[in-house]
Amino acid sequence: MNNLYELTIKKARDGLKNKSFSSAELIKSCLDRIKAVEPKIHAFVTVCDEAINYAKDENLPLRGIPISIKDNFCTVGLRTTASSNVLKDFIPPYDATVVAKLKAAGAVIIGKTNLDAWAHGSSTETSDFGTTRNPWNIEHLPGGSSGGAAASVAADEIIAAIGSETAGSIRQPADWCGVVGLKPTYGRVSRYGVVAMASSLDSPGPITKTVEDAAIILQILAGKDSLDATTLPNSPQDYLKDLDKKITGLKIGVPDEYFDGVTEQVRARVEDALKLLEKLGAKIIKIKLFKPEYAIAVYTILQRAEVSSNLARYDGIRYGSTRENFGEEAKRRIMLGTYALSAGYWDQYYNKAQKVRTVIVEDFIRAFKEVDIIIAPTNPTTALPLGASKDNPMFGEMADALVEPSSIAGLPGINVPCGFSKEGLPVGFQVIGPQLAETLILNVAHQYQINTDWRKEKPKL
Amino acid sequence: MNYTPVIGLEVHVELKTKSKMFCGCSADYFGKEPNTHTCPVCLGLPGALPVPNKKAIEWCVMIGLALNCTTPLFSKFDRKNYFYPDLPKGYQISQYDQPLCINGFITLSNGKKIRIRRVHMEEDTGKLTHVGNESLIDFNRSGVPLVEIVTEPDFESSIEVVEYLKKLQQIVRFLGVSNADMEKGDMRLEPNISLKMTNELPKYKVEVKNINSFRFVGKAIEYEIKRQTEILDRGDMPEQETRGWNDEKNITVSQRSKEEAHDYRYFPEPDLPPIRFTEDQISDIRNRIPELPDEKLARFQKEYQLNKSQAVILTETKEIADYFEKTVKPGKVDPIQIANYIINKKIDINKVSSEEVIAQVAGKTSGIIADEGELGKLVKEAIDENPKAVADFKSGKENALQVLIGAVMKKTAGKADAEKARKILTKLLKRGLFPAFKVR
Repeated sequence: MNNLYELTIKKARDGLKNKSFSSAELIKSCLDRIKAVEPKIHAFVTVCDEAINYAKDENLPLRGIPISIKDNFCTVGLRTTASSNVLKDFIPPYDATVVAKLKAAGAVIIGKTNLDAWAHGSSTETSDFGTTRNPWNIEHLPGGSSGGAAASVAADEIIAAIGSETAGSIRQPADWCGVVGLKPTYGRVSRYGVVAMASSLDSPGPITKTVEDAAIILQILAGKDSLDATTLPNSPQDYLKDLDKKITGLKIGVPDEYFDGVTEQVRARVEDALKLLEKLGAKIIKIKLFKPEYAIAVYTILQRAEVSSNLARYDGIRYGSTRENFGEEAKRRIMLGTYALSAGYWDQYYNKAQKVRTVIVEDFIRAFKEVDIIIAPTNPTTALPLGASKDNPMFGEMADALVEPSSIAGLPGINVPCGFSKEGLPVGFQVIGPQLAETLILNVAHQYQINTDWRKEKPKL
Repeated sequence: MNYTPVIGLEVHVELKTKSKMFCGCSADYFGKEPNTHTCPVCLGLPGALPVPNKKAIEWCVMIGLALNCTTPLFSKFDRKNYFYPDLPKGYQISQYDQPLCINGFITLSNGKKIRIRRVHMEEDTGKLTHVGNESLIDFNRSGVPLVEIVTEPDFESSIEVVEYLKKLQQIVRFLGVSNADMEKGDMRLEPNISLKMTNELPKYKVEVKNINSFRFVGKAIEYEIKRQTEILDRGDMPEQETRGWNDEKNITVSQRSKEEAHDYRYFPEPDLPPIRFTEDQISDIRNRIPELPDEKLARFQKEYQLNKSQAVILTETKEIADYFEKTVKPGKVDPIQIANYIINKKIDINKVSSEEVIAQVAGKTSGIIADEGELGKLVKEAIDENPKAVADFKSGKENALQVLIGAVMKKTAGKADAEKARKILTKLLKRGLFPAFKVR
């Protein structure tokens, strides 16, 4: 078979099982693809040219399947930089829980993907190792911070990728790159070993070619971790069992507030998607939610505050790089967070932000009394051109405006591709569910996806 | 001029839990090879996360309850942000506005209550050693559980402070939650001292750090009272500052002024969910509190008719109290006679069994065998009859001596003078004058 790198997890697994090809062939196919397209895309910080499959047990769910890991997940013996020069020589002595679980499931890690340095941003332009390009148009941004992960999947350099989202860092780049990105409920997937950004928000999750693949990966990653005290005690659901369920009678909430300032092209594609879902039996219900811009202020304060503390350990004494290696964006965030937490300002900023956060949480709880899920555009625009984030310190927050409220509330959300702009750039919508409703949002997203052909389009590289 | 000292105290007590506060590493760091008790968590490596030690939290609550504190059902951890090379994360996980225990007290012997403002849980830092131009960091101590106990400024003299500290040390030892060994740094003391003339609290406060003995804390307070009196007598106001104790020169020296004071930028630790107790859990911890020194003191006086000074000595440690009660228990001899015997003879409770004490005290009224010649004969017999005990003693097992003394006691129906018998035994054994070592 040609182009093994194009396969989904599902298909790769079937092929391996049928012995249509070996995992060595699958891995080589991806590595060759990486070699061929990386000069254009630059999705990876580190590629494991020697990657091989060690897993023997044929029943392992990801046995021999190549996966890329965002470079803010610790990987034992494999450089982990968070795309910052501060950690350019850091080789972790331990695996993040997510990585350990993937390895135990038989996955083969063949590279670490680029991100905005410390995951600060929505463009990968703050990476100290160069900007990743959008595979659909390399003059455009892939989004971020998991831009390398999304691009690696969109460019078929890999079968599936792992990203992390604090507020938008999975869904936003998945949207701009035209792939599926799932941000689970906060606490559903362990943060242990993920270089901390904003600890009260960080959520690891999959970026994949199909919704089904996202469910397969979540099935492996979800669950309580004795090494992360914030993981939820609830036992994980079977995320695959409801994928094929019909969505007849499902109540979909659509908040007008999430369409303000959205470009006409994005609005049109999302409205088309809603029409299709209606045709599949769902009920579309207009709902009111707080304007997303309120979330921006809350998010900015909480995130900067936590960042200022989380980056304190890189004090120049260890890791071999001094603090001069911090980029502009990280320095800005450290200063803003330090200011917001300073004596006399705490109440005005941090404490107030926490209160508004509670209000936003309650706003969603209220909405989910009326509807089962919420659908909205993932991004106000399609992928912006290279350089768009420069000299715009709030770029990330503006690009992530539509995903920030649900992140602040710790809710699960998934980006599903739903067409292209006239310029050929992908458009997606997000399905947001109540806490721990991953099974439901995967079901809705999957039903949409199997009734459309967008996933079959491939960028020309 | 005459001023009244206003003294408050912060005490850090290190808990003797098996593992550290937020990871599984051994908390037994003293004297261990540097950086051998470490992991990603206590090294603060990228991505590592803390998981709280349940036992440490329970012990902290137990200390609070023993100090008559209220224990709110809701509590949380906060980050205390500051830079120091011994602090691997750039912040210490501590508790800010909602500590585990609040509003307790310790009553001094003069009846005065020293109010305790709070008792909270935090983690220890690593340890820096400076050798010439190099500084070395040992992270074995990083993350060891620490309980901080803060009083109101209720002390008026160093004598009161030292009494409070001894009581506190005794309480945590009775609870079995800390060795409270000053020399090993299990207990660290930070008094803050100021002087007042009126009833109002002074407008400044001098904190003294790095004190590692009760004696030095007394000296440091005396020194500060003298120093501050001189400044006030000159009509000046002492500076608000942090000073350190120099135990070579017996003085305090300025370390940090008010202007350099830290802003710790506390905020709730997002890596740890808040702590929520039920009433049942708290009373469960309360039920596990053993009899405390004050209660034991009162009971010993009442139950055994001891006078106060006897009771004080016999309740100083849990070990001596248990020893006394074990000796009294068979009911063979009068508790007061036992008390006097233990106290007057300065009995080493690790060497003399309570059976011996009973025998000795009983023997006093019926003629003790104290004749050296007679005892020597009996001891030699005991040595001949117990070759195993002799061999054990020779191989370093000091306890084997007990077996031999026991044998002598048996021969004399408990009437041998145990102390004399011990001396003779030791002398003979060390000389090697016994069969097993005869040259054949």
